[in-house]
Order: sequence, then C-alpha cells, then structure tokens
Amino acid sequence: MKSAKFLNLIVLGLVLTVPFVGCKKKPIGVTTLPSSRIGTPTEPPPGGIIGGGTGPSSAPAEPFVGTPPGPGHPGWPEDHEKFKAQTVYFDFDSAVVKSGEKSKIEVVSAYLKANPSHAVKIEGNCDERGTEEYNRSLGERRALAVREALIADGIAPDRVDTISFGEDKPAVAGHDEAAYKMNRRDEFVLLTPK
Amino acid sequence: MKINKLTFLFFGLTFSLTLARAEEIIVEKETWQPGTKAPVPITMSGFSSEVDATLRFDLEVAGFKFVGAEQAVYALTGNNNGNVQGALALAKTPVFSKAYSGVSLRRQAHALADDVVQAVTGKKGVAQTRIAFKVDTGPAGEIYVSDYDGHNAQAVTHDNTIVAAPCWAPGQTVLYYTSYKFDNPDIFRHDLGTGQRKAISRHSGLNTSAAVSPDGRRVAMILSKDGAPDVYVCDADGTNLKRLTATREDDSSPCWSPDGQWICFATKSKDRRMLCKVPASGGTAERISTGGVSNPTEPDWSPDGKWIVFTAMMGGFEICVVPASGGSASVLVSGEDPSWAANSRTVVFARRRGGGRGLSLLDVPTKQVKDVPRISGSNSQPSWAK
Repeated sequence: MKSAKFLNLIVLGLVLTVPFVGCKKKPIGVTTLPSSRIGTPTEPPPGGIIGGGTGPSSAPAEPFVGTPPGPGHPGWPEDHEKFKAQTVYFDFDSAVVKSGEKSKIEVVSAYLKANPSHAVKIEGNCDERGTEEYNRSLGERRALAVREALIADGIAPDRVDTISFGEDKPAVAGHDEAAYKMNRRDEFVLLTPK
Repeated sequence: MKINKLTFLFFGLTFSLTLARAEEIIVEKETWQPGTKAPVPITMSGFSSEVDATLRFDLEVAGFKFVGAEQAVYALTGNNNGNVQGALALAKTPVFSKAYSGVSLRRQAHALADDVVQAVTGKKGVAQTRIAFKVDTGPAGEIYVSDYDGHNAQAVTHDNTIVAAPCWAPGQTVLYYTSYKFDNPDIFRHDLGTGQRKAISRHSGLNTSAAVSPDGRRVAMILSKDGAPDVYVCDADGTNLKRLTATREDDSSPCWSPDGQWICFATKSKDRRMLCKVPASGGTAERISTGGVSNPTEPDWSPDGKWIVFTAMMGGFEICVVPASGGSASVLVSGEDPSWAANSRTVVFARRRGGGRGLSLLDVPTKQVKDVPRISGSNSQPSWAK
C-alpha cells in the first residue's frame, strides 16, 4: 500500500511539472533578410527609378519600337469640332440610343455618304457613377450602339471606329446630375485620309 | 490504498488546467464569416519611430487590435537598436524570440509582423508582398508597383497615356495592363525583370481587363471586336483566342477561379446587373447570386476558392463578399475594385477620398481598414501579386 501511495505522488508530481516546462521555446538565431527578390528593388536607388545597378532588379520598360499599326485608321487626321453639335447623350447606366438623339446620327450618316473617302471614330464616355472597368465597357457599348445605327443606315462598318474612354474624359467637371448627364455621351470624330 | 478526496481533487484540477492551457494556444479559429470576427488584442512595447509605426500598421491590417497590457492576449516586445529584435508572448508564456538583419529596418519590421501572424494564425503574413496599381494625373497615368502598404512605390511605365487594369501573372514578375499608347485601349504583357513589353491584344475596339489564369498559361480579357464587350480567353502570348460570351451587353472584369476551371465576370441580363461564371473552356454561363446587394461588378475570386469579393454600385460603391457558390452578400466597407492577397483574407481596394482615389487595405474577417499613403494624383485599380 505504501508503494501505491508513492506512485500516486510521482504521477502527481509529473502532472504538476509538465505544464510549466512543456511549452517553453528557446530563442532562434538571427533571420537575415535577402537583399532582393528577383525583379524587386527593395531599396530604390536615390533617383527613385527602377533599374540599373547590380543584382536582380527591374529593368526600365522598353519603349515601344517597330510596333505595327493597329486596325482602324491609324494616322488619319482627326477633327473633333466638325460634329460637336451631334454629340449623342445617354441615360444613366444605359447604352440605348434614345429616339430624340437619332437625328444627330442622321447628320453624320448623310455626311459620310456625301464624302465616301472619309471615316468617323465614335468616342464612348460615362459619368463617374460606375467603377472604372465597368465604365470602360459601358462607354464602348455606347459607342457600338451608335455604330450599329450608322451601319443600319447603310454606312460600311470599316468606316466607323469606336473607342471607349470610360470615365476618363468628362465633358463637365462636377458631382451632380447636371454634370453627369453631359458626360454620358458619344462624341463623333471626323477622320480624313492622310 | 484509496486515493483520498484531496489527492483526487488536486489531480483533477491540474489535469483540467493543462487542458485549458492547451486550448488557449489556439486563439484563431479556422473559419470566419466576413466582418464578424473580433480582432485579436495585442500590446506592444520597446519599438520606436518607423519600426513601431510599421508594426502597428501591419498588425492592424492583419486583424489585431492594440490595447493596454491588461486587456491583451498577446504581448510583443523588443527593440530596434541597430536591428529589429522581437519576442511574442501569449498570456506571459513565450511563443518566440527572433532577431533580424539585412535590407532595412522597415523590412525587418515587416518580417517580424509576418512572424507574429504566422505564430498566432498558423498562416503566412502578407507584410512582405507587393501590389501594382495605376496613378492618374488627369486622364493620363502610369502603372506603379509598390510594397503592399504603398511604400517604395516606383513607376514601371513612362508613356504619358491612359493606362488601366494592371494584373500580375501569378508567381512571376510580369504585369499585363491596358494602355492607350497607340491611340486605342490595347493589352500589353510587361516583363518587369527584363523591361520587355509585348502587345497581346490589339483588336479593333476595346481590349481591356486582362486576368491571368492561376497556372499563368491563359489570359481572360474583354474584347469588343465582335460587336459588344464580351469575355474572351487566349494563351498567355495572345494566341488561340476563344470567345466565351456573346451577350450583346457590356460584360466586364473577368477573374479566374483558383482551379482554373471558371471565369467569373460582371454582366447584365434582362435589365439586371449580376455576376456570372462561365467554364474557362467554353460553355453556358450561370449566375452567381449576390443576395442583398445590387449592381455587382469587379469580382475577384479568393485563392482558397471560398469567396468572391466585388464592388456593389448602389449609389456609392461598397466592397462586398459572397460565398463563391453564390448566396447572401456581406457589405464590408465603402470602396471599389478589390483584389485578394494570397492569404484569402486581406483585400486591397480603392476608395474616393479628397478629390481622387486612394488605396486601402481591408481585413475581411474583422472589417478593419488601413489607408495606404497616396502618390500624387489618383491611385486605383490595385492588383495584389500572388
């Protein structure tokens, strides 16, 4: 019976000791941070410009050279004034061409029919009440809506280019509907052969 | 002999104390609902100036809250005499003790913050990661790369033209972005290590919103060349183009599921704006419901597959999170254009402040937000490197 009691005390002693020594961690040695990751200038040189220097660091962006021209009418002179009065306006969050705006499109269509060597670029725009990529897409949808109207009127598709500026180029600065409604627009840019 | 009552009581108490201590170590639960988790209370002392400020910023972003010693569960002590050294304790029990060297004190502070996060949550911290974003001064702007907290920011373009939607290629120092350098929104691939740039998509009309697949092999994008802005996918070099949607509406902002099987995007159907997903190899799109909010846009799928963060346009802009399979959306904070960190917990986003946008960091479980210092002009469209 005495040995059982003694055994109990040993077990008790062990149980009491374990929580106090079990979880202690010893300090580890110094963590040396690598001087730079590939492509990462962690300490920018005094000029604050990426590139140069030794080791793996970012290189300056290549200037674009020798890139072939894109589709559309690259290099054709642009006239932003000719069709100023024909700017088409849209309702909020909509790319539908309202019936009251159609006569403006007819003016542009008539001009293009009378000047078969000319082309037009439609610039689609939005007010600031959408997020940026949403507005870039919506502006394009607006430009395409007017392009469809011109094509339906008999203008060849390759004479009508589109470009969206999303919310990048408001016509009127301001944060109210008076400004917003002037920014939800398609502008026509006349393109003449270079 | 009989174990007498006193011995039994003593044994039992010690045993239960041991159990209690073991459970105390696991403070962070594995799962959380967005915006509902209490921050972890921590106290800190011994650091000064930039190191102290950096640690506070990093740990608040990581879901900690600084309190007095009496309310704290964790204690971080140390100093930055020469180099940064720090020790973390949990209820007076040492957890770790580390010293750092190299690069800069700021970077060492980030490394210590990451070690605290690792010890407390068991997950890797984000304090040493990077973001890309755009800086606009007027309509023209440039693409920038910086530390996740906006420090060490550098322009990677000098084209003085409209730029948009930078997106990292996973695991690479490569960015895809939209540039109007050639008088049209076109998509470029830019290798930051070599400086080489290549046009990936220069179709007529809109080329924008590039999103690289998790395995880096494909790119989803929005093209309008076939009559309306739709979702397309191609190989990383721009070849093998395939059209995925033909909605006639303005589709936008494609993003990949982490298994590379789905592309989630924003669209419109029967006058209602919604999020959808389409099989990346082609097929029928299905709606992802976002119950409780309207006009969802700019989705980003968390790397662990569980959540989609997005912007709801409801008058203002709200950052929301919904389970990836759809369901009830949680509104977290005002802002737009979110991007997940690799930890599937922290989100970088933009919000309009003082005439222009600036970037901010959101801890989704606790809803804690820290603003990132702004480079002059408007900073927006962030993408977190993963």
